[in-house]
Amino acid sequence: MPSKADSAVSTWPLGGREWRSRLIVGTGGFRSLEQMESSLEASGTEIVTVALRRVDPQAQGSITDVIERLGLFALPNTAGCYTARDAVRTAQLAREAFGTEWVKLEVIGDDRTLLPDAVELLSAAETLVADGFTVLPYTNDDPILARRLEEAGCAAVMPLGSPIGSGAGIRNPYNVRIIVEQASVPVILDAGIGTASDAALAMELGCDGVLLASAVSRAANPELMAGAMRSAVEAGYAARNAGRIPRRLHAQASSPEEGLPEL
Amino acid sequence: MKIMLNGEERELDGGATVTDAVALVGASGADRGVAVAVNGQVLPKGEWPERVLHDGESVEVVHAVQGG
Repeated sequence: MPSKADSAVSTWPLGGREWRSRLIVGTGGFRSLEQMESSLEASGTEIVTVALRRVDPQAQGSITDVIERLGLFALPNTAGCYTARDAVRTAQLAREAFGTEWVKLEVIGDDRTLLPDAVELLSAAETLVADGFTVLPYTNDDPILARRLEEAGCAAVMPLGSPIGSGAGIRNPYNVRIIVEQASVPVILDAGIGTASDAALAMELGCDGVLLASAVSRAANPELMAGAMRSAVEAGYAARNAGRIPRRLHAQASSPEEGLPEL
Repeated sequence: MKIMLNGEERELDGGATVTDAVALVGASGADRGVAVAVNGQVLPKGEWPERVLHDGESVEVVHAVQGG
């Protein structure tokens, strides 16, 4: 049985490396770089996602400086890509820019739902794995697609809880459990987290980690929410390992029935 | 000659290289986290100074920004 101390310090493997924090934080949506920096610190995260966009000569401040100052690992994403072709080219640009072969692979189907395009996603994953990338795909909560992505050689599968930025939580916990049950690579709940209880639920369902952005960056107090998410991921993970009691229809007294005084 | 630089048409002298184009958007090879694609294909930083641009080519200069 893992003790409390064990679960607090135990590491988990992702992409051939060991990590302490099970919370991955997206850097999008913060109102300022200062707010992003204090929130990332409060979250205890070790991995942060970044996007790749055209250099803007007018832009102020550098996200790369902040990430380096905090000693975090920058995981580039392919956000905004609608085709396997664009996602592969974006990943290759990111590899050149960051000197990393890791990529959070996103290939979306439309801008209203931002849901993954399963066909393009699998195609991009196959191409990138063959090109030596460590592919972390943002995917639908579909156990069959998750299996296909794992078979394609992805380093993890990252099913959505609900659409990106919706804050609607985990809409299909049963599918997430099935994905966890069959996966032999890490499962990271990605997208849809709204508040701390959603993150705790993801871990209780058996996920290895949680990836979130808007829930923290667009909260009224991002720094406070970042700390809440850190606690929630740790609490959910500990609760899962602790073995919860079964759900019952009726009550079960915890105080002894024997020795009750006659009054 | 005219090239497309980050989606905008720009006039460059004949013989201009990718390094020259990168400078036009305020970046340089010394910046960390900058990457370039020419006609959609990644061009490693070491090849920027030698890669001469031709009329009608497209250059994208990208770097990291905040994103989920």
